[in-house]
Amino acid sequence: MTVPATVAELVREFRANGRIVIVGASLAGLRAAEALREEGFTGSLTIIGDEPHEPYDRPPLSKQVLKGWVAADHTKLPRLREVDAQWRLGVAATGLDRAARQVRTADGEQIPYDRLLIATGTRARQWPNPDEAALDGVCTLRSRDDAAQLQKALAAPPSRVLVIGAGFIGSEVASVCRELDLPVTVVERGSAPLVGALGGVIGEIAAEMQRDHGVDLRCGLGVSSLEGDAGGHVRRAHLSDGTIVDADVVVASLGSIRNVEWLEGAGLASGFWGVGCDAGGRAFDINGVVTDSIWVAGDVARAPHVLYEYQFLAMEHWDNAVLGAEAAAHNMVNLEPHYHPHLLLPGFWSGQFGVNIKSVGVPPFGDEIVFTQGSVKERHFAAAYGRRGRIVAAVTFDHGKWLEYYGKLIEQSGPFPPPPPGWDQPGDMKPIPAEFPQPGVPTAIPDVVLTGHDPSERRAEFRSRRR
Amino acid sequence: MVEETPWQQALRYANRANPYPFYEELRRTPVARQPDGTYVVSTYQEIVTLLHDPRVSSDIRKLPVPVAAPAEGSAEAEPITEAVISLEPNIITQDPPEHDRDRRMMMPHFVGPPHSPHLISDLEPDIRRIVDGLLDHMQGKTRIDAVDEFAYPLPVTVICKVLGVPPDDEPRFHSWIETALDALDFGPEAASEEMQNRLAGGRRAVEEFEQFAAELLDRYAQQPGPGMLSAMVNEDGPEGGMSKGVLVSNALLLIFAGHETTVNLIAHSVLTLLRHPDALEKLRHRPELIVPGVEELLRFESSVQFWHTRSAMEDIHIAGTTIPKGAPIFLAYGSANRDPKRFADPDELDLERRDNQHLGFSQGIHFCFGAPLARLEVQVAVGEFVRRMQNPRLVEDPPPYRHNQIFRGPRHVLVDIDGIRD
Repeated sequence: MTVPATVAELVREFRANGRIVIVGASLAGLRAAEALREEGFTGSLTIIGDEPHEPYDRPPLSKQVLKGWVAADHTKLPRLREVDAQWRLGVAATGLDRAARQVRTADGEQIPYDRLLIATGTRARQWPNPDEAALDGVCTLRSRDDAAQLQKALAAPPSRVLVIGAGFIGSEVASVCRELDLPVTVVERGSAPLVGALGGVIGEIAAEMQRDHGVDLRCGLGVSSLEGDAGGHVRRAHLSDGTIVDADVVVASLGSIRNVEWLEGAGLASGFWGVGCDAGGRAFDINGVVTDSIWVAGDVARAPHVLYEYQFLAMEHWDNAVLGAEAAAHNMVNLEPHYHPHLLLPGFWSGQFGVNIKSVGVPPFGDEIVFTQGSVKERHFAAAYGRRGRIVAAVTFDHGKWLEYYGKLIEQSGPFPPPPPGWDQPGDMKPIPAEFPQPGVPTAIPDVVLTGHDPSERRAEFRSRRR
Repeated sequence: MVEETPWQQALRYANRANPYPFYEELRRTPVARQPDGTYVVSTYQEIVTLLHDPRVSSDIRKLPVPVAAPAEGSAEAEPITEAVISLEPNIITQDPPEHDRDRRMMMPHFVGPPHSPHLISDLEPDIRRIVDGLLDHMQGKTRIDAVDEFAYPLPVTVICKVLGVPPDDEPRFHSWIETALDALDFGPEAASEEMQNRLAGGRRAVEEFEQFAAELLDRYAQQPGPGMLSAMVNEDGPEGGMSKGVLVSNALLLIFAGHETTVNLIAHSVLTLLRHPDALEKLRHRPELIVPGVEELLRFESSVQFWHTRSAMEDIHIAGTTIPKGAPIFLAYGSANRDPKRFADPDELDLERRDNQHLGFSQGIHFCFGAPLARLEVQVAVGEFVRRMQNPRLVEDPPPYRHNQIFRGPRHVLVDIDGIRD
């Protein structure tokens, strides 16, 4: 048998009888499983998830579910096809043994794999003081159960809601509170809401929007401590300027933490920013060597991006989970030169205070911003972010239909400022500093972030010319 | 005589039933300058790009009228757009911010969310009743006209109800619309004596239609009534109301576009399915395929073949061509929907086609306002037609077509049947 024939036979054999384990049973895990079957993989497929629920959709949790329009358990993701998998739900993966090719689970099982997909995503950062975090009425919002709990708390109704951290989740929660006519205080350590993701210029607009809708917004402040009553229910918060806010629901929206702890000791390039992988989803080991049997997709993946100087990009976005999973699944059952790259122009949307906010590209990669269409005053506008004469991102408020134009410009490394529109020009079209905060403010960590070329941990020992 | 471009040939009435071979030729030059200085865009990717380019205007008033000296051999016809569209701008011929504001004002009275999210879906029982009635009425016949007896009456009844136009006025506005549509010609035949005569009639018809709409709106201003037009006149949103001229223009647009395009889509759907017996049979056995099926029919025979009011506000570089500032741009949706670079086997009808992001409703800010209503009407109408018709056969293929090039559709579709199922 020739070598190519042998290789082809191996691929056929793997597709027919291989064993694939997917760790993570949310959007990326489910779509990867479906894509694997779509690719013709007929071997055994195991999906491990720490939550007891079948895969569900998260974007509605901070919107329709909190408003009470949709029950938290009515958010199941639609299935695109049968996946014929063994589901291990409610059981977390606790370890990875790459030598034995086994995943350890919390119930003590060792699940063998030939190929593994890591799609463990992120979790909500909890309020750092565990006693205060345990008070009744102190919530985070990431999972379906979180949303159900918070929805119930909002329906009570509370006398005031305190939101700590004005990123997207915090801002959306505040928006829902105002829609439900609940008094709400938002405390943000940065200079304005959304500054991490969109910079200070847009943050200022978001701040005005919140205040116009009756949010008691306090920026440049932290929450020092939370205080409960005798029954263990949260009653007030002490802020860093010495003021006190009385609130009986507190939402800690402090950003997310990547679920990589279970990979401790596995020798993969995992750390604070997730698991490093190539643009096809193949995981890197701790030395930066690509593995042959492990793939990564979704929020927990970070891969070099061709449009952004090949820096490693981590994207906590819905379409990144879907498309990254599809690319990884394809590559798991194919060989070079048939690998697919996952080259996604990042994009996200948010709904808050009656405005649809959308973005493409990586805004924090830019250092300047220019308003390109519409009216800032009326909060219908488009703006572009630039860096060294190149457009790198765009954001729209109720102008999402134009985003495609900016996306194309970004893909083509178009000029910054971009060509002006033929109509509906904003008054001032001069680029100004975009005002992104210095890294280090946890609530200001954007949900799409360039993590440099460096792994966040340097556990590998460097020995050159080793023999 | 200069040889005609593929675009000019596609516009000839003789090619109305099948413009597709000319579109295929046209797509070899994705952005093709015509002798009159118009730039015709015929490929999917380029059209989508221009639909999202803020340097492209949709405002007919920004269209420079004398584009270029008429090419030799072409007649000096009066510009049609000037003659027929003498009205104030409506949402389809406006740019932001006016477009956005007016569309925002109209939206709550139609599709509704967040204020009345069930407005369209609540129409389904009515639509079913109308469709049932039309099909019941054909009982006993062996030959029907799927246009006059089916495709036309449904959308016109529905749009009258939605807008609050008295159904008794239907014969009048039907005749104005027909006259105006027959007068519009963008092709080499526009210069003919007959078309020039029709043009005068078309202008009169639009004026009378305009007068009719203005009177109707006046009546609603004095005495509010049911439907969207009354709401548009009487219920000012946070951004105020529209001027009377803009209201009339948008009312005309809604009355016209609210049924004319749907008529053509139903008629073309019947025609297309009868030409594809396998697809018809598949739909009969799997009625749920009507939902993706209608999307495929929208792609296959687009109700709006092209749109003509756009122009370049700056030089635009695209597909190796520069559309110069001021040049009119025609977007040929009907061709883009058959572009093999976007749709595999584009001339095949595949009711289960995946990734079918056709341009049948356009894209971007001018995406069809009535799309949710049109989808519902056509899904019900074509679904029931397929279910109830016994052994339908096409009598005449191709059937006679209406004159209009934009709103392309058959004038009659005669069908022989063995009967109507219950």
